[in-house]
Amino acid sequence: MKILLMGNPNVGKSAIFNRLTGANVIVSNYAGTTVEFTKGCLKVAGQNVELIDVPGTYALDPTNKAEQIAVEMLKGRKEEDVVINVVEATNLERSLNLTLQLIKQNVPFILALNFWDETKHKGISIDVEKLENILKVPCVPICAVTGEGVKHLVERIKEAKPSSLGYDEKEKWHEIGNIVDKVQTITHRHHTLLERLSDASVRPLTGLPIAVIVLFLTFKLIRFVAEGLISYVCEPVFENLWSPLMLKLSYFLGSAGFIHDLVIGHLVKGQIDYGQSFGLLTTGLFVPLAAVLPYVFAFYLVLSFLEDFGYLPRLAIMVDTLMHRLGLHGLAIIPMLLGLGCNVPGVLSTRILETRRERFISATILAIGVPCAALQAMVVGLLGKHGMTSLGIVYGTLFIVWIVLGVLLNHTVKGKSPEIFVEIPPYRIPYFRGLSKKIWIRMKWFIKEAVPFVLLGVFLVNILYALGIIQFVGKFTAPVVTRVLGLPSEAVGALIIGFLRKDVAVGMLIPLGLTVKQLIIASVVLAMYFPCIATFATLVKELGFVDMLKSAGIMIISSLIVGGLLNLILP
Amino acid sequence: MSKLNGSKKPVYSMGKQISLALMRAGQKGNILQISGGHGIADKLEALGIREGQEIKKISEQWMKGPILLQHGNTQLALGFGLASKVLVEITGEY
Repeated sequence: MKILLMGNPNVGKSAIFNRLTGANVIVSNYAGTTVEFTKGCLKVAGQNVELIDVPGTYALDPTNKAEQIAVEMLKGRKEEDVVINVVEATNLERSLNLTLQLIKQNVPFILALNFWDETKHKGISIDVEKLENILKVPCVPICAVTGEGVKHLVERIKEAKPSSLGYDEKEKWHEIGNIVDKVQTITHRHHTLLERLSDASVRPLTGLPIAVIVLFLTFKLIRFVAEGLISYVCEPVFENLWSPLMLKLSYFLGSAGFIHDLVIGHLVKGQIDYGQSFGLLTTGLFVPLAAVLPYVFAFYLVLSFLEDFGYLPRLAIMVDTLMHRLGLHGLAIIPMLLGLGCNVPGVLSTRILETRRERFISATILAIGVPCAALQAMVVGLLGKHGMTSLGIVYGTLFIVWIVLGVLLNHTVKGKSPEIFVEIPPYRIPYFRGLSKKIWIRMKWFIKEAVPFVLLGVFLVNILYALGIIQFVGKFTAPVVTRVLGLPSEAVGALIIGFLRKDVAVGMLIPLGLTVKQLIIASVVLAMYFPCIATFATLVKELGFVDMLKSAGIMIISSLIVGGLLNLILP
Repeated sequence: MSKLNGSKKPVYSMGKQISLALMRAGQKGNILQISGGHGIADKLEALGIREGQEIKKISEQWMKGPILLQHGNTQLALGFGLASKVLVEITGEY
């Protein structure tokens, strides 16, 4: 037996899924957080059953890829499978549309009335018993984020059955209206503060300043939190606790030799230099845990808050006109923001866009112009001490590339992009537990994905240098790397390793003693020239091999052009 | 359908029929017709937004940016072109 969680977008299916399975699925306050189904396990009446978190859909005729997945899952179900139809209690009329379609399909189901707590603030009262009598299936009020009613929901899963409610398809909305009239009463109430804030953030006169302030504060806060963690926690831990241990180990390993250099790396003036030593246990751990992790944490702290509060779809409205110039619409800002953390979830979330054309354009400009947190952390660490101007050039260049490429692709890729069509959820005060859990999921994911690859990267750097491969390739690529980009031929090592991890690649620039100009060019080129292996695999999966090849061609060519131009222009 | 009445406010008076795109933010009205094929009408219908329903226009953006409408407790952002296909009879301010 399988249980499918189905409902409109942003009604809390993933929150229920997490509650029921103890799994860790990302939950946010906007439509389209879940673009792929997730499976989990749940015990119902002593029996293990599979629970599936299905992407949200308004109707059973799909309008985008995520909805298509939902409809296919419903079609592919077996006789014994049941559906938990999650509806928004504050939006009963709209939600019942899908419910009636499920009834028409003879699907056995029960109804979960989520956001039950919000009905009270909104002056809505629903007679659940009456609703149950009309629909002839169990109806359970719940609040998924706090867990209220969820236990009761599980208990009643076994009562799931096809509803015997009959209705005429032409009279569907009439029928829904009748049901709502019978079970729901609404009392008048005044605008809440959050609603006023919501209105202010979508009107141009107030919304644009709010967008600017939010983005400015986001960057300030991320830097403040990350720099604070690095200076006061991570670096002291590594310098004062880890270094002495590593020096002992270094002595134990004989202070030199291949194994020593692989594990500890080169000592700089008899000391460990986490930027330059390049050993597995020194730089290999310092880069992901002390240099990058604080940025990843700070980034997801702020982003997760904005997501759960419900700001992102409003930002989508404010940037819609700009995004249309790039052949996209406002919603495409969401993959871009996610991409600033890690390109992989960014590329995945391009599925909230309706057409192949939009997904190709957005994934391509994301992979080229949107640097991930790992790369940014290293670039900020490397260039930050040379002043804000050099950092500004890196970010400014990438931003211009992002826009110019989008405009070019919009004019060259065949077809037209559709207009924005997205529900705007109410602002919601994030629950601390939900928020901290989400940040924790993302941090765990980062550590699991990044640390092994960083270690592999550091390992390969040592091997490639020891075997003389980097020096060898360096000679080959010198015409491009040196003449076009103005970098020393050894910098090609960073470009090779950049395919594995961009943070390690930036780290490889440190011992090269580059000038500020060279650092700027190397940072921009590393961000643009090719995605890291994890993003590459995701792009192949999402775009298909042929489109990925096109995308990759654009990446390589544009990075050479931009790097070459910077080399010519910068003093 | 009633034509222009209330001659004192000739532009946005009650009963005026106008597209959602050109309606002013702060006005409400009933949907008369959704034109332009099934695509947009079906998408709106799936959300319960259909002929005869009352909607409020919350906001619009400069340079023909997206429109935000409210129907019941649902707020929906849709592009200017899509909003142009929704014909509304103004019933007043909200």
